[in-house]
Amino acid sequence: MYGFFFYLISAVVIGATAIAITRRNLVHAVVYLIVSYFGTAMLFYLFGAPLLAALEIIIYAGAIMVLFLFVIMMIEIDAPEEVMFSLGQWLPAAVFGLIYVVAAIAMIVETPGTEISLSMLVASPRQFALYVFEHHWFLIEVISILLMVALIGALHLGKAKNRDADGHR
Amino acid sequence: MLTWILGFIILIVKLAAVLLVVLFIAAYLVWLERKFLARLQIRYGPNRAGIFGLLQPVADIVKMITKEDTVPDGADKALFLIAPAVVATTAMLMFSVVPFGPDMTLLGHRIPLVVTDLNIGLLFVFALSSLGVYGVALGGWASNSKYALLGGIRGAAQMISYELSMGLSLIPVVMMSRSLSVVDIVQAQQGHPFIFFQPLAFLIFVVSAMAESKRIPFDLPEAENELVAGYHTEYSGMRFGLFFLGEYVHIMVFGGLLAVLFLGGWHGPFLPPLLWLLIKIFLVSLFMIWVRGTLPRLRYDQLMTLGWKVLIPLALINILVTGAVGLLVGF
Repeated sequence: MYGFFFYLISAVVIGATAIAITRRNLVHAVVYLIVSYFGTAMLFYLFGAPLLAALEIIIYAGAIMVLFLFVIMMIEIDAPEEVMFSLGQWLPAAVFGLIYVVAAIAMIVETPGTEISLSMLVASPRQFALYVFEHHWFLIEVISILLMVALIGALHLGKAKNRDADGHR
Repeated sequence: MLTWILGFIILIVKLAAVLLVVLFIAAYLVWLERKFLARLQIRYGPNRAGIFGLLQPVADIVKMITKEDTVPDGADKALFLIAPAVVATTAMLMFSVVPFGPDMTLLGHRIPLVVTDLNIGLLFVFALSSLGVYGVALGGWASNSKYALLGGIRGAAQMISYELSMGLSLIPVVMMSRSLSVVDIVQAQQGHPFIFFQPLAFLIFVVSAMAESKRIPFDLPEAENELVAGYHTEYSGMRFGLFFLGEYVHIMVFGGLLAVLFLGGWHGPFLPPLLWLLIKIFLVSLFMIWVRGTLPRLRYDQLMTLGWKVLIPLALINILVTGAVGLLVGF
């Protein structure tokens, strides 16, 4: 039962992601990507990690993809023409992709993953927060400063553009 | 095996009961809104179908189901058909973490009076509320109409802006009850509802939840005088009905959340717990209708300024103050 659901949802996730990167209609692509994130969240829930499932939906499906959709709807891109990328563009991508696949297969064959403890994954919100803030508080501060810098940068870009467009602000 | 089947039956019964009650109350909220709004505007409101117009919701449902379900030319058919369902289902699912009474015992089994007690119940509500944005945004986009597109974009922008202040306003509540589970939050309010300790959080939550449900004074996504009906301009029949249903279920969910997070949930003297919860939801709904009858619509820049420059900083300050008090005094 458990395994059946796992493979079913995994198939849906992989299928939806594959469709998402091949759609020419960008809004449809975004919708398939949302389906894929939703499936990932369900997998997390299946592992007994409702916290991660909720965060996956709130952050990825709920916030980031809404912004994607928002931008796509605002700027109204026409479906791009059929373009064959040049060899110099897709060859590195193909090579890196291949390395990734080989590494992943080797890793799965070496350690099927069943013996790795998932205790952190299934932790309750309280245990999870205690662990993160006791062991990795410094990293969290660094990340929050990084986000702050990004925020200030975005603010600066927005302001500079405004001034140019109006000419008198 | 037997207990498993019993648990399954109990779950189905609870689901069915909650769904039926939610849909029934939502239908009569429409009636209540039309009647109360009419009184506020010194009119009668619906008074033909049944005594006091009490059969009006039934008549409305029959009308909407029998109307033609049109899909405009050039619309993105699949997305156009799915969008209303997204709005209605996400709104209804939010009710599954709202507890409506203390644990009950039946034949030696403890039955919690909540559909599911997730240890991340509050996050579950946020996840659903952030998914609800898609119904509005995609419905507006798929209609292939300028009014609907503008309404959809406005709706998406408004909902993601106010989600932030809504989430931030609830962090002090989580800090005080030390849990994200809605059941625990209600337990923590035995005798002293959080509204007394967190009046500011209460205020921020009320304003942002009203903006989330896209009602006057925050109904810019469907501003009638400029956008016809906004994101649901092109919808007809029961698909329009689903958008409508979503809005009224949202009012109930909002009432339920407000009751559970700030007003003590089902706690209350003399009356049975379920009745207390319903009374609280009813009062919140009346308040929302009253607001609709009183306030004019905000301008778009006022809406964004209120969300980003007033509510979010206030919520952040509230978190800081709550944390400081918690450290110094302890809850």
